Amino acid sequence: MTGRHHWIVRVTHWVNAIALTLMVGSGLRIFNAYPAFARRGEQFCCYPFEHKAIPDYLTFGGWLGGARHWHFALMWILVLNGLVYLTFIYLHGEWRDLVPRRGDARYALAMLKFYLFVSKTHPKQGKHNAMQKVTYFALPVLAIVQVLTGLAIWKPVQLGWITALFGGFVWARYWHFMTMVGLIALSFAHVFMVFAVDPYSMQSMVTGGYREDLSPEARNARPFYHLLPRWAHRPTQEK
Amino acid sequence: MDRRRFLSTGGFSLTAAFLAACSVDRSPRAQRLLDLAERKNEGIERSLFHHSAMNSARSGAKIAGTAFPSYFISKTVPVWDEKVRGPWALEVSGAVNNPVKLTLDDLRKLPFRSQRVDHFCVEGWNAVAVWQGVRLSDIARVVGVKPDAAYVDFQSFDDGYHESWDMDSAMHPQTLIVFAMDGHLLGMAHGAPARVHSPVKLGYKNTKYLTKVVFLPKRNGGYWSDQGYEWYGGT
Repeated sequence: MTGRHHWIVRVTHWVNAIALTLMVGSGLRIFNAYPAFARRGEQFCCYPFEHKAIPDYLTFGGWLGGARHWHFALMWILVLNGLVYLTFIYLHGEWRDLVPRRGDARYALAMLKFYLFVSKTHPKQGKHNAMQKVTYFALPVLAIVQVLTGLAIWKPVQLGWITALFGGFVWARYWHFMTMVGLIALSFAHVFMVFAVDPYSMQSMVTGGYREDLSPEARNARPFYHLLPRWAHRPTQEK
Repeated sequence: MDRRRFLSTGGFSLTAAFLAACSVDRSPRAQRLLDLAERKNEGIERSLFHHSAMNSARSGAKIAGTAFPSYFISKTVPVWDEKVRGPWALEVSGAVNNPVKLTLDDLRKLPFRSQRVDHFCVEGWNAVAVWQGVRLSDIARVVGVKPDAAYVDFQSFDDGYHESWDMDSAMHPQTLIVFAMDGHLLGMAHGAPARVHSPVKLGYKNTKYLTKVVFLPKRNGGYWSDQGYEWYGGT
């Protein structure tokens, strides 16, 4: 068992998971009060579901006023939590594991080839593979965009310069929505891959410990292939 | 643990998390936390507030015109019936030195303002209109607001609708008492004979069918604020 995630990373990860879920739910409830982007008297070009509400079971907060209270309370938790995380990985050096580097594109291609059964062996991997790195780097970047677009539509007059940066209120609201879609997509991909490729990493995000002998590389694991630990003891099977 | 058990355990814990989330949204403890957050947010919003921050509708944005939504709480469009209520006048009172009743003609004598601005609804839509009238700060100068006035209550004849504001927002140069919209006298659907309009507050704070502007030392809630919408409602 090796130590993988510092307790600060683990705590901020789960706080983030809960807060983000509730932010999406309350955000969708707010959105449902006007599930469209068009300014009154205009058409909107770029959203195919204008005036179609999101199903209630995906929303949180009960009603518009309640959802707004939740959204404007949880946003501070999300922001503070994010700042703690980013400060920690900066001071502690973990950011080096996440910042994209030269060669990552080639590496990502190699991973893709392996997942698609073009190549037989798992490419060599450190803490994260290239596709993970892109995801874990993109999530905080999208989160920062999400905070800015959020400020832009929360305070379109007092912080009007931020609103202008995103092309005005209508577009800032659109980008706030689309960035949420991006965050959801990456989060679902992340959760899917945890269960499909490396369920043993669950432990590392709870207790912090990780068994290297059960890593996807050791198991030569693809999504839903070689999930069981026994493959780890026969690493030469496919070679 | 095999794949199926991993998936079912994962699925179950996600569902449990969602259920937990669903029941917290009505608990009294959660409500206290949300109230605390609202108070803290109001502090932040007030400190962000500047009279120099102005709104002007983007040049490409179309004037909403007839597409401008109209809300009122009465069952039918509220109409000021002179035969029943006498001639309309705006009462400006409360913590002021010279309470007055201003007729439309009195209002027209004050410096005239016209602004093409956004209207931000709490629901998320916005609409552009040209609003014409007088600055509330000009009216405040006429009546001589006392130093202990920290809030302003805007009251209407629409079934008792009112919303109170902080003084700072009320004195913003874009906070107008308007009697015309898009170059025509205010229509019945949009709050005739006069209403408050300011881009610095969400739509529900902008009382229509205005009858009284009351300066107060303490805040006085509001129709929607009392039903759980945030009181400050600033943009």
